[in-house]
Amino acid sequence: MSIPEQQTAGGPEPILRVKGLVKHFPITKGLLRRQIGAVQAVDGLTFDVLAGETLGVVGESGCGKSTMGRLITRLLEPTGGTVEFQGKDITHLGVAGMRPMRRDVQMIFQDPYSSLNPRHTVGTIVGAPFRLQGIKPEGGVKKEVQRLLGLVGLNPEHYNRYPHEFSGGQRQRIGIARALALNPKLVVADEPVSALDVSIQAQVVNLLDDLQTELGLTYVIIAHDLSVIRHVSDRIAVMYLGKLVELTDRSSLYTRPMHPYTKALLSAVPVPDPGRRTKRERILLKGDVPSPISPPSGCRFHTRCWKATEVCSSQEPPLVALEPGHQVACHHPESVPEPAPATA
Amino acid sequence: MTDLHKTGAVGEPVRPDAAPPTAYLDVRDLRIHFPTDDGLVKSVDGLSFQLERGKTLGIVGESGSGKSVTSLGIMGLHTVGQYGRGKARISGEIWLDGKELMTADPDRVRRLRGREMAMIFQDPLSAMHPYFTVGHQIVEAYRVHNDVDKKTARKRAVELLDRVGIPQPDRRVDDYPHQFSGGMRQRAMIAMALVNNPDLLIADEPTTALDVTVQAQILDLIRDLQKEFGSAVIVITHDLGVVAELADDILVMYGGRCVERGPAEQVFHTPQHPYTWGLLGSMPRIDREQTERLIPVKGSPPSLINVPAGCAFNPRCPYADVPAAGVTRTERPELRPVTGAEGGRHLSACHMSQEERTRIWTEEIAPKL
Repeated sequence: MSIPEQQTAGGPEPILRVKGLVKHFPITKGLLRRQIGAVQAVDGLTFDVLAGETLGVVGESGCGKSTMGRLITRLLEPTGGTVEFQGKDITHLGVAGMRPMRRDVQMIFQDPYSSLNPRHTVGTIVGAPFRLQGIKPEGGVKKEVQRLLGLVGLNPEHYNRYPHEFSGGQRQRIGIARALALNPKLVVADEPVSALDVSIQAQVVNLLDDLQTELGLTYVIIAHDLSVIRHVSDRIAVMYLGKLVELTDRSSLYTRPMHPYTKALLSAVPVPDPGRRTKRERILLKGDVPSPISPPSGCRFHTRCWKATEVCSSQEPPLVALEPGHQVACHHPESVPEPAPATA
Repeated sequence: MTDLHKTGAVGEPVRPDAAPPTAYLDVRDLRIHFPTDDGLVKSVDGLSFQLERGKTLGIVGESGSGKSVTSLGIMGLHTVGQYGRGKARISGEIWLDGKELMTADPDRVRRLRGREMAMIFQDPLSAMHPYFTVGHQIVEAYRVHNDVDKKTARKRAVELLDRVGIPQPDRRVDDYPHQFSGGMRQRAMIAMALVNNPDLLIADEPTTALDVTVQAQILDLIRDLQKEFGSAVIVITHDLGVVAELADDILVMYGGRCVERGPAEQVFHTPQHPYTWGLLGSMPRIDREQTERLIPVKGSPPSLINVPAGCAFNPRCPYADVPAAGVTRTERPELRPVTGAEGGRHLSACHMSQEERTRIWTEEIAPKL
């Protein structure tokens, strides 16, 4: 598959460059663990993350967005493609090779219950990065941990408490404090607010926002909730079955989506306004997402797409910029200024 | 199962002089308390509402506000008792189609359950038995209430699976739940709930476990089926978007009590309770460009063991200082009708005067949303 070069001239430098990223999980059978297939979780992603921006990644469950998050933080090793962080290729670095990079790339997890060790105190949890990296912060670990707890809006006095003494929203703040301990440059947050109640969700979204301004962080935020993604992101990538189908800035994605899947996804979100339910046109997609073990040929969306033609089932549409900064992988894109060049 | 729906000794006594119900479902002063080692958990504490056939009521609230406990209470699925693990103390009245369920014979309630009232649960994987085929489970639900042979019941199961949009229903009827995808399982559960044409359908977070595209399919399905069968539907959810899609009336719960209730348009467009404002302000909106910050509710929901005296929302309320003179903080605000609201069905439980609330909403809250 050809990889279109991205234009970033004039803008901020990319902090992370991903090219043709692939992750296939083998399916084995029998005593010899012979490979009989593969779950094609991520299949050829190319994108940049610019310094200081928030890249939102949306998609339905099983589209590979979490796998993508674990690949770019190198919690998983890619099957193919390259991941460059600040110009350095980290695709196949080992545990030791990755250790210095871990200071700069951190992750916030979805479930604030299972991502904190119940037998460790908050002080131990948030202080762990210092211990693992062998760093002695100025004034001691305890003082630094208390500063971090204050930074995320927790009481520094709670240093010696255990995770079960905190509510879901507070636990998520502990996870954020831990991620920020080493002053990272890039933070990958996998569904950071989806386990939280609405009123708490807003508190954490605002906290992430404030921390970005204060510390100059770059975020990759993975979520299935399109309303949250719209609120937090500068640019948004839409994934479907391991592929990027659309990548553009926030306003053009929500006002002029080009990929039919994006359009359907946006129209499916319930709007909290009872007066509008009769007026809205909704595109109902048929069926479910196909299995990533044997994805459809050609465009992976063609089995559910109302615009699909023959070319869609035979040829895979490349991700191309139909407008500056608006990349779409579709043979029949929506709302394109001039006739689509991709239907050759 | 023997003492289901017997009245516990909590709360106010049943008023014998109360007016006979006119609505299809009439819940009056429902209280469901659970004794625990740490104290009495007042999950539902004095909830009343009415629902007509063919209408949808949306119950909104955060986790721990008592929404699910309410639905299980209406279905009579709590184990009732004064003491002991998992025992609930229930009081109040539940009138379904002119019959009072709390004092009714448990066997009669059991016969109603599944036929007159049915429930759709949040997680279809754990609500269905993994050992039996989907068809078997629907057939079972049908044959419990109808004296028919297996063949007829199976035909009915296939018909229902077809109606809820399962492809190749005559083949999929013999599949096990794990062979269905999440959306299909939810459809199968809806089929199971509808197999006896219930007049009351309670959907407890019916789409929370689903993706948005599948959620849209399921919401459409519930709406279509309601039109077709004319059932009364209660949708319980934390997602204001989902209630806005489905509900005619909305009931906002906080700390086991109703803080605001009314027709959907009025609750969304002229909300009269600071907690409802908080929910609306916390929600990122897909339908508008929002560059401003969200306005979260400060703090976290109260413990139901130790619900604050007076208004349960008082500790988190940004307007707690406003209430009119003469009202003490320990006084609990009653649900009062909003004057001037069309239809007079819009109720709110807040100490602030209505003028004050209307002013705050129109001047301070609405412009920021």
